[in-house]
Amino acid sequence: MKNARPTRGGFFQRDRTWHPPAFAPGYRSTVVRSPQRAPLSFGNTLSEITGPVFGHSMLGELDNDLILNYAKPGESAIGPRIVVYGQVLDENARPVPNVLLEFWQANAGGRYRHKKDGYLAPLDPNFGGCGRTITDEDGHYSFRTVMPGAYPWPNGINDWRPAHIHFAVFGHGFVQRLITQMYFEGDPMIAKCPIVRTIPDERAIQSLIAALDMEATIPMDARAYKFDIVLRGRRSTLFENKLEGN
Amino acid sequence: MKGQTLTRLKESASQTAGPYVHIGLTPNFCGITGVYPEDLGIRMVNEKTKGERITVKLRLIDGTGSVTKDALIEIWQADADGLYNSPDEPRGKADPNFTGWGRQPSDPETGVFTFETVKPGRVPFMDGRMQAPHISLWIAARGINIGLQSRLYFGDEEQANAEDPVLSRLEHPSRAATLIAQRDGNTYSLDIHLQGEKETVFFDV
Ligand SMILES: [Fe+2]
Repeated sequence: MKNARPTRGGFFQRDRTWHPPAFAPGYRSTVVRSPQRAPLSFGNTLSEITGPVFGHSMLGELDNDLILNYAKPGESAIGPRIVVYGQVLDENARPVPNVLLEFWQANAGGRYRHKKDGYLAPLDPNFGGCGRTITDEDGHYSFRTVMPGAYPWPNGINDWRPAHIHFAVFGHGFVQRLITQMYFEGDPMIAKCPIVRTIPDERAIQSLIAALDMEATIPMDARAYKFDIVLRGRRSTLFENKLEGN
Repeated sequence: MKGQTLTRLKESASQTAGPYVHIGLTPNFCGITGVYPEDLGIRMVNEKTKGERITVKLRLIDGTGSVTKDALIEIWQADADGLYNSPDEPRGKADPNFTGWGRQPSDPETGVFTFETVKPGRVPFMDGRMQAPHISLWIAARGINIGLQSRLYFGDEEQANAEDPVLSRLEHPSRAATLIAQRDGNTYSLDIHLQGEKETVFFDV
């Protein structure tokens, strides 16, 4: 037996008091889209423990550069240039290597490249708004983009989203799948946002706010924000029933 | 007196995928072309994939009875022999011509999500009993604060469904019907209801 505790069991139960509840009427869209009955729980089977794996070879050279990945040759997206970097960890504080991160955002004016977005702020012809990367052996990732703008949205009569970047993260198991949003340190709009406020615990909100890191800037190019992401942790297999069966 | 502390972290809090989830996850579908060669997850099978070819058609219906048009669904399933295409699959090597993972937006007009896949084989429960063939579902959309987990079972697997360890945990067995897709030719169809009389059984697993 190896010294390190094996990590091939089921995942820790999700703390549903930490995540936003399904029904959160301050965010009006949840009212008709929130399940109302108690969910069904059972111990993880291989269907939950396994998940798709993506190789670094699927990535294009500019996948993690939103300033250039939609821009015409020789041009680039408009807006404050930033690098977002961090580490994907699990609840055991272990790095999660080789997992796909996908991100999307509005442009510097707060406008999405989407036919349903009718905000006055103009599209940037050189900004698409999507990117992706895969964590390295130590769970680290980074990408370059422009700072997204805040934007108004139909909820209350005067609700605005703080500047944010949407993240979709794969873990190693399908039930680690997580979508969240990254906010920016110091933004006074965070505390006013009905979507942020669906999260009941102040500490959980704080963990979604990226820190400005002046030591990680690219001099004369881009400032840096650090955003770590934590996925569900995994149990040791030591005392669990055999999965193979039969 | 304070004792030792655990060094565990808390999972990052979920936030809704919002109305523009397709920009990030299926950009070609929403007109953002030239960034990725194709949308990830739209093809699960190729001409060499083993097993019975099936089409899975899903709709996602909100509490007003309207079919949603802005959601995204991912599916994860075993291959025809019941093996997952994952390094954590301990029982053998899955069909290399089957990804097991699919991701689709719904049709903008009809709201139907269409997956071209194969019928999965059976996978054991923790105690070794075999589960009925099933597909795991994960649903993200505006108004959904944390991705919804569920499963799809197959209407023509009555015997296997009757002995399935997950379906048999349902407090009200009649709700199993919310997870069982009905077969017509090679197509299985299932409506996922977010609320109401026919609310789908969602999972916390
Ligand atoms: Fe957004």
